Amino acid sequence: MTEISPREGHSDASAHEVARPAKPGYSPVADVPHRPRATDVDPKAARRAERQVASMFLLSMLFVVLFVVAYVAIDKTTVVYIPVMGDVGASNVALGFTFGVAILLIGTAAIQWSKKLMPDVEVVQERHDQLSPRRATAEAAANYERGKDESGFARFKLIRRTLIGALVVFPIPMVVLLRDLWVPTEADEGKSPADILSTTLWTEGSRIVSDGTYAPVKPEDLPVGGLISAVPEDLREVEEVTENLNARGKAAIILVRMDPSEIRAQQGDGWDYQGILAYSKICTHVGCPIALYEQRTHHLLCPCHQSTFDLADAGNVVFGPAARRMPQLPIGVDEEGYLVALSDFAEPIGPSFWERG
Amino acid sequence: MTTTSPVEKAGGATATYVDQRIGSNKFLSRNLGKVFPEHWSFMLGEIALYSFIVVLLTGVFLTLWFKPSMVEVIYDGSYVPLQGVKMSEAYASSLDISFDIRGGLLLRQMHHWSALIFIAAMAVHMFRVFFTGAFRKPREFNWIIGIVLTTLGLLAGFSGYSLPDDLLSGTGLQIARGIMQAAPIVGTWAAFLLFDGEFPGTEFISRLYGVHILLIPGIILALVTVHLMLVWTQKHTQFPGPGRTNDNVVGYPLLPIYMAKAGGFFFVVFGIIALVGGLVTVNPIWIFGPYTPDQVSAGSQPDWYIGFLDGALRVMPNIESVIFGWTISWNIMIPAMILPGILFTAAGLYPFIEAWVTGDKREHNLLDRPRNAPTRTAFGMMAIVFYALLWVGGANDIIAVAFDLSINSIIWFLRVALFVVPPIVFVVTRRTCLSLQRRDREKLLHGYESGRILRLPHGEFIEVHQPLSVKDMAVITSKTDHVALPAPEKADADGVRNKHYRWQMMRHRLSSFFYGQNIPQPSMAEIEAGQHHAAHDAELEAPLHDYEDADELRRAHGGVLHHPGMAETNTEQIEQDRSQH
Repeated sequence: MTEISPREGHSDASAHEVARPAKPGYSPVADVPHRPRATDVDPKAARRAERQVASMFLLSMLFVVLFVVAYVAIDKTTVVYIPVMGDVGASNVALGFTFGVAILLIGTAAIQWSKKLMPDVEVVQERHDQLSPRRATAEAAANYERGKDESGFARFKLIRRTLIGALVVFPIPMVVLLRDLWVPTEADEGKSPADILSTTLWTEGSRIVSDGTYAPVKPEDLPVGGLISAVPEDLREVEEVTENLNARGKAAIILVRMDPSEIRAQQGDGWDYQGILAYSKICTHVGCPIALYEQRTHHLLCPCHQSTFDLADAGNVVFGPAARRMPQLPIGVDEEGYLVALSDFAEPIGPSFWERG
Repeated sequence: MTTTSPVEKAGGATATYVDQRIGSNKFLSRNLGKVFPEHWSFMLGEIALYSFIVVLLTGVFLTLWFKPSMVEVIYDGSYVPLQGVKMSEAYASSLDISFDIRGGLLLRQMHHWSALIFIAAMAVHMFRVFFTGAFRKPREFNWIIGIVLTTLGLLAGFSGYSLPDDLLSGTGLQIARGIMQAAPIVGTWAAFLLFDGEFPGTEFISRLYGVHILLIPGIILALVTVHLMLVWTQKHTQFPGPGRTNDNVVGYPLLPIYMAKAGGFFFVVFGIIALVGGLVTVNPIWIFGPYTPDQVSAGSQPDWYIGFLDGALRVMPNIESVIFGWTISWNIMIPAMILPGILFTAAGLYPFIEAWVTGDKREHNLLDRPRNAPTRTAFGMMAIVFYALLWVGGANDIIAVAFDLSINSIIWFLRVALFVVPPIVFVVTRRTCLSLQRRDREKLLHGYESGRILRLPHGEFIEVHQPLSVKDMAVITSKTDHVALPAPEKADADGVRNKHYRWQMMRHRLSSFFYGQNIPQPSMAEIEAGQHHAAHDAELEAPLHDYEDADELRRAHGGVLHHPGMAETNTEQIEQDRSQH
């Protein structure tokens, strides 16, 4: 292969130019029929291609100018109607269009240039084995042996073993340091993850309030066939203190009301109140909140993976990948006639976990 | 070299300056003229590379405005429907990028689109490499790097769409956490550590942010660099063709052809992503609203590349066991941990498995045509169909609505189809490949069927067979006949028992299965005879072409020989082209 060098390049340059295909390091392919392109034989076509390429570069610059104009001129809140696309933000469309066309034109120009004006004769280059020459391998082996001898790695058994031991042990601090990725809150101090996952905000007498309005719910508010999403009354205060959504993620329930005669089974005796049933809203599969309720069949369907629970039959799984029934919350009414929880859930809500049992 | 402009002089001086310090001219001398073969399918990897560059570029811009914080704020930006709503700072800043930063939405959508394209291009590139056998020696390492890159691409994508903290992204995280908790022994602890306690907590997005913008892209960038360096030093594989052998590369030199073509193609990919980012909405987070763990929207769909995992979760029957008080959630572990583990490990190890089965230790720089490796092609198709079925599972709710089907029956169909359809596809693909091999053999033995019927002077009708073109000949004859590993002997000539008999027998069986019914390539003499015969046909037909009133004749007889005025030889074609200009 010929060297390309700024010093010697001048002297043998003419030799390269004469025999065009015989470029350094490769030769043209034999036997391949080559059809000259229009730009090879017709100077006019070549000039036309040159003009095309140059105009694309020129247009690209124009579109960059248009981009800047659009950035400055179009208000960010302007909405325009474009057929097919509908109502769209004018700024975004204009910026994307001008930017995209500007870039695209550079690409098409370069490709047009190469396809029309640069040589289209394929050339051949030899490959070489990946295998190193035998001498190099021998040298490497000799170097390794020398290193082994000089360091005494093979002889000093004690050093070798302690070295390996030290190298195995030294990453331990980096693992230990990860322990405080979880710093339990004061309330969670001393509890295991399984303990924390097994309790929710619900306790005996927690008032059930509807999610969003935080209005307490009376049995009459819920007609037969109705469904509301609900949370415990103290959730609002808890969230102000903790500034997170953790309690909500466990305590969310749905209330459904059905004709008491349709209830075939419950998770506990008398856990309903006049046909009103409270179930966790968090799917026992992988934890999506559920609110797709089919009134006629009393089936509750998870929108994520389609686990289906029968609320008239103790929340048991009737279809889909969830293995556990939907936990039921026992409910009743307080002196003022509002719905309240009679206790926390009897089993952990949400996805299964190793320690759940 | 006749004229040297001042710019070139300065360039030369710079080259010398740099060369004196790092010896760069040695590299340039070897590589500026490096030849790369050309084929449209080689652009797939380029698309992956270029869209990754666009992801990095747009991602850097997004970091300037995005706030990876779950602190609750009241939104007061210019998107009216959400004004006054409590949300995390992450979601609020994503809305600001979408509505209050000029060009912000463009950057966000370009980032998302290029990420989708990046992963899709990697997948299709992988198919190309697989079906053409480009992963064979010496390129096994690069195949593994590619598998790792694809896996990292999925993680990068998932971690990215989890950041804006909209309802959809939060639901994705909730599912991820549910999966994590299902891991035996360490599940709950891993989840509590990563989320700083319960779900959703207040720390996860800022933690994920570091992973998304530094850790994963850093590793991807490093691996992409190695991937390209290996392509460079090992030289690109090439498809069979005239003059192309296992020991050469036929194509165009880097300078100027690929500098222009590949460089230009970068701008094409970049430009198209910018256009799509401007014109096509992706992930309209403002519609979903802020995340809260007790809400979800029906029809929740992950990005396309997570679809197969979601589908696996949906299709899996609800098996869970409790052993000694410990819960093992097979319904989650199998689809979300074991299945992807097996898929990616099997993919990564495939080159080694195939090499072991075939006993093939040669270097392969010439690509296989998929039909010439029927068993491999059939495996690939089987894997793709399996993946596609899982993907269908991931979209079962959409399909149920669109085609008015029951979700339950789709799931039951898939539970069966996942085990039945891939083997059928395997058999059909293998038979198809073998048929194509037979057709190739026919072509070699009898030439190309022209479809022209010729009546000879003595009344006989023949179909004219044409000799194959130089290119077809080179492509078809590139097939090499592989022989299955020989069956081992139970004992050698001296009656010594072969200790490795069972092992060798298994290899022999697998190898016979792999090469099984390959159609043998005809001998050179047979090929020559066949082509000679075809040439003879053409010779019989030749007088027709020379006949003065040939045009007249053809028209009178329905004129299917050639369209009048159509060039019949290459030289004629060139002359015609010339005269037209």
